[in-house]
Amino acid sequence: MKSETGFDHKLYERFPTEGERPEGELEALEKVWCGPKGWGWFTAINNNYVGILFIGAAFLFFTLAGILALVMRTQLAVPDAGFVGVDTYNQLFTMHGTIMMFLFAVPMVEALAVLLLPQVLGARDLPFPRLGAYALWAYLVGGLIFFCSIFFSLAPDGGWFMYPPLTSKTYSPGINADFWLLGIGFIEISAIAGAIEIIVGVMRTRAPGMTLAKMPIFAWAMLIFAVMIIIAFPSVILATTLMELERLFDWPFFDAARGGDPLLWQHLFWFFGHPEVYIIFLPAAGAMSTMIPVIARHRLVGHPLVVMAMLATGFISFGVWSHHMFTTGMPTMSVGFFSAASMAVSLPAGVQVFAWIATMAAGKMRFNVPGLFILGGLLIFVMGGLTGVMVAMAPFDWVVHDTYFIVAHLHYVLIGGMVFPVFAAIYYWTPFAGRRRLSERTGKIAFWLMFTGMHVTFLPMHLTGLMGMPRRVFTYLPDRGLDLVNLISTVGAFLFALGVLAVIIDLVRNFRPATEGNAGNVFDSPGLEWLPSGLYSTRSIPVVKSLYPLWDNPELMREVKEGRYFLPGTATGERETLITSPLNAEPQYVARMPTPSPWHFWGAIFTAVFFMLLVPSAYGPAAVAGVIAVVCLMGWAWKLDEPMSAETVDVGAGIRLPTYGVGSTSHGWWAMTILLFVAGVVAAMSMFSYVFLWSRRPDTWIDPPAMWSLIVVVGGYVLSIALMLGARKVVRLDRPRMAMIATGMVVLAWAAMAAAWRIDWVTWSGAGLDPTRSGQGATVFSFIGWQGFYVIVCALMTLYVVMRWLRGRVSPARPTSYDVITLFFVFVAAQAGLAALLTRLFPGVVL
Amino acid sequence: MTSPPISMSTEAFAGWPPPALTSAGPFAAPLVTLSWGVFAMAAVVLLIVIAALVLALFGREDLKAKIGNQRLIWYAGLAFPVVVLSALLIWGLSLTSALTGEPEPGEMRVRVTGEMWWWRVAYLNPEGGEAGAVQSANEVRIPVGEPVTFELESADVIHSFWVPRLGPKLDMIPGRTNILRLQADEAGTYGGQCAEYCGGPHALMGLVVVAMPRDEFDAWMAEQGEAAAAPTDALAAQGLEVFQDNGCGACHVVRGAPGASGLAGPDLTHVGSRRTIGAGILPNNRGTLAGWIADSQGIKPGNRMPSYTTLSGDELQAVAAYLDGLE
Repeated sequence: MKSETGFDHKLYERFPTEGERPEGELEALEKVWCGPKGWGWFTAINNNYVGILFIGAAFLFFTLAGILALVMRTQLAVPDAGFVGVDTYNQLFTMHGTIMMFLFAVPMVEALAVLLLPQVLGARDLPFPRLGAYALWAYLVGGLIFFCSIFFSLAPDGGWFMYPPLTSKTYSPGINADFWLLGIGFIEISAIAGAIEIIVGVMRTRAPGMTLAKMPIFAWAMLIFAVMIIIAFPSVILATTLMELERLFDWPFFDAARGGDPLLWQHLFWFFGHPEVYIIFLPAAGAMSTMIPVIARHRLVGHPLVVMAMLATGFISFGVWSHHMFTTGMPTMSVGFFSAASMAVSLPAGVQVFAWIATMAAGKMRFNVPGLFILGGLLIFVMGGLTGVMVAMAPFDWVVHDTYFIVAHLHYVLIGGMVFPVFAAIYYWTPFAGRRRLSERTGKIAFWLMFTGMHVTFLPMHLTGLMGMPRRVFTYLPDRGLDLVNLISTVGAFLFALGVLAVIIDLVRNFRPATEGNAGNVFDSPGLEWLPSGLYSTRSIPVVKSLYPLWDNPELMREVKEGRYFLPGTATGERETLITSPLNAEPQYVARMPTPSPWHFWGAIFTAVFFMLLVPSAYGPAAVAGVIAVVCLMGWAWKLDEPMSAETVDVGAGIRLPTYGVGSTSHGWWAMTILLFVAGVVAAMSMFSYVFLWSRRPDTWIDPPAMWSLIVVVGGYVLSIALMLGARKVVRLDRPRMAMIATGMVVLAWAAMAAAWRIDWVTWSGAGLDPTRSGQGATVFSFIGWQGFYVIVCALMTLYVVMRWLRGRVSPARPTSYDVITLFFVFVAAQAGLAALLTRLFPGVVL
Repeated sequence: MTSPPISMSTEAFAGWPPPALTSAGPFAAPLVTLSWGVFAMAAVVLLIVIAALVLALFGREDLKAKIGNQRLIWYAGLAFPVVVLSALLIWGLSLTSALTGEPEPGEMRVRVTGEMWWWRVAYLNPEGGEAGAVQSANEVRIPVGEPVTFELESADVIHSFWVPRLGPKLDMIPGRTNILRLQADEAGTYGGQCAEYCGGPHALMGLVVVAMPRDEFDAWMAEQGEAAAAPTDALAAQGLEVFQDNGCGACHVVRGAPGASGLAGPDLTHVGSRRTIGAGILPNNRGTLAGWIADSQGIKPGNRMPSYTTLSGDELQAVAAYLDGLE
């Protein structure tokens, strides 16, 4: 194989190493990775802790949202019931959908990644453990506050897709809708933090030799999942921001009377919302493709086809969003495109389903608990997929859209495609995460209750919908023939809940989290996560030679445990992991890993508190919480780029690697690039919104400010970019006073940017543009608003740079924080310059 | 919630046979055919998957070996779905164009405006305007056997207009006018329902479409164009007084009654001739009218009409008699 980085592949032949390992090597490794004790436990960042807590939190929200569903089914058991009132009911279904989608499904699969990925990839931990812990705590605390709104009748009640104008200030004057917008706001932050972690983890921390062709299907699924998050979530971030701006400042993005359009929300929401379904499904499918070969004892038939299918799903899923809008009166052309794409997206699902069936046929399926949940999930998912094909046909969708038929369809897809695989995964991976496996007996009872309950609940709902019952109704009238079908569904819901209860009892009785001494490889699985492990993950990081390492090399378990591969101890004396190249996973450098810290913990708590205080417009306390959160994040960032004692270290078998990556090699650079990609998608969607609203009401648009101001604004941004690129060069020069000059250039770059931003704003106001009066005003000022946010972030970064210079922490050899800040500045200036060009040249000059 | 609404077994709103599968006109019939077509497709595919699964799990070794390889993925997972989906796509697209055709010139036009949580109905004049148009609410009468164009609009939030036995559903979106064509081939009453969640008592936002033979329809329309009938008996006359004293006219139009010109609620000029009240949820008679006025919040919680709990039983009877007489 051709080397990607210049690393000599022959070096792999030095492993497994021979001879005794030095005295105390393992003890040193255990010592640096040992978790904090007592109350410090909250500051822990090891993926073993964080992953389990993450899964626990997601499972908690699953249970809570499930209880809400039971209350709803009780209300609908009989016609005209008075179990809950209409207002409560509207909050119940909004919360059920919102929590299941945002607080259960996405976090649950992200949690699986946090727990499993490092071990699956043969890494010590994920590349940004504190970021993972931050994502967990922000999500858990914020999510619980969000959930509690239901007890005060303050929960959102606009349905989980929150269509305006129902959710606008006029029709939802209370703070209920703000709870949704801000609550979902930081959960998006949490999801994106997790996605960055996963992408960098999969691309840069794979065990040496684990080329893309030898990468486990689980890692593929997680990679595609995370990439989809960073494409899809920016759209909902933008949508929620615009809606909150409309509610707070009366900017009419969605108000048709003033040049907005309610359909803009639907486009932005579903551009996120439909890929979201596959975002949830793909990791679960990846888990299925991981478990089925083990349970059926045969390698996955058509592994490359399955990988291609997952990639295709991710790709096509971004072309289907408008199938949620078939009944809005779309042009026939669009209906055709979205109809075709929606059907096409079922093809890769078919490929995966038949790959699973072929694998079962090639092997011999075991009917243990994971096996049963796999089979049940497969069948349910196929049924949901078939109704999905039906509603992809616009004329059929016109019949069943917004009825109980859709309720049935989406629950078949999500329960079959995600919930059952996750329950299979819980039974499959508890021996990895705990001291004992779960009970086969209880698990089987749970499966049959859930499988039966699922069909009893949702199969009749297809008919309920065709019988004319719309979704989201708090009651139905008697003598309309809807009594029996609803009663059956209610009975089924309680059966399903009993099944979940059985699993909870099983977990309480048998799940004992273990960071070492887990139950071991009880299913005879081939994956690296089943290697003997502790808090440090595996003792040594093996060279991966196949897709099924433990099946192909039965000695691997022993060799790894004896420390016969990479990093058998701690090479730098600190927490560390191996950073490898993106394609061939060739070792590049040893990354020092962070240690437990209170900074990210308090940063997360105060981020959540900040958002939640914004809900009741408590701006004073919110500002305090926001400042504390920022201070915590700065404290967290302060320790980055610490000087290391050694430039290179021995990572095993005499192979020496640097202890630091520079420029695009460094994993920090990767993370920032991904973050900027997210911000770039936000900018692109903003531009789409701008053009979309123009196309609706061009008559209300005014002429842009004079041309000279455009030249000044763009000139300011270009100057800012030039200064930053210069500073990045200067800081690398090993000469006196260069640190001071570079710092000065950063300050000037910020000043140029801030000036350009202010001139942009002032000239638009001078031209008479009012954000509350037209779609043009609202969108142009939303660009300026976003840019204002970025200018503040850049100010904090400038402050950070200045403080590091004052404390003498700038070093030419360790410029990564400079590189990362430069990237951010360049992006911010470039996107603002583009926005200025768009808003001042179009419409008018260019068209 | 207090007293449950009285049921209305006479109108085919929902239930068995499923209205979405029981078409009553040319815009619904192809949807029913399509529905049965896709159900059949789904049944066949599901059986194939189950058969493959059973074979994979319990089949003889030689049979299992036949399907335990990549060929199964190519044929069953890719080639077969491509064929099925292509056929469905063509069928669906041709139906899409057929059902969204332009209205014919001279077709009767009705503007239905979705409001929280009822339907404003205007029978447009031949020029397509509302000048002199008959106004009504929650009930649309159409001539049998003729296509009727519905202009769907919204006064507040998004609603969705759906009369399952007559055709597809279509959203009512602020700032837009959506065009839907429906036709009933038989005289009768067809239930409808708001399908898009519109807050509050969205569940109780129903409507009725009544199809009548052309001559009866014309006669009915002529009557609707007239002003409200004056009360004919003492009770109804007392009812008119109650109506006026309690400010009902601030929200309701009764053409011909002084002061009754409010546009917030349904036009009541001919309310007595309608089949239902409360937006398709109660049959229309004196008892339900009195009940609705006294306890509209109990019957339809959250709707915009307050419960007139201060009215005495006699007053309620009187105003109900007055409204019932507005035929």
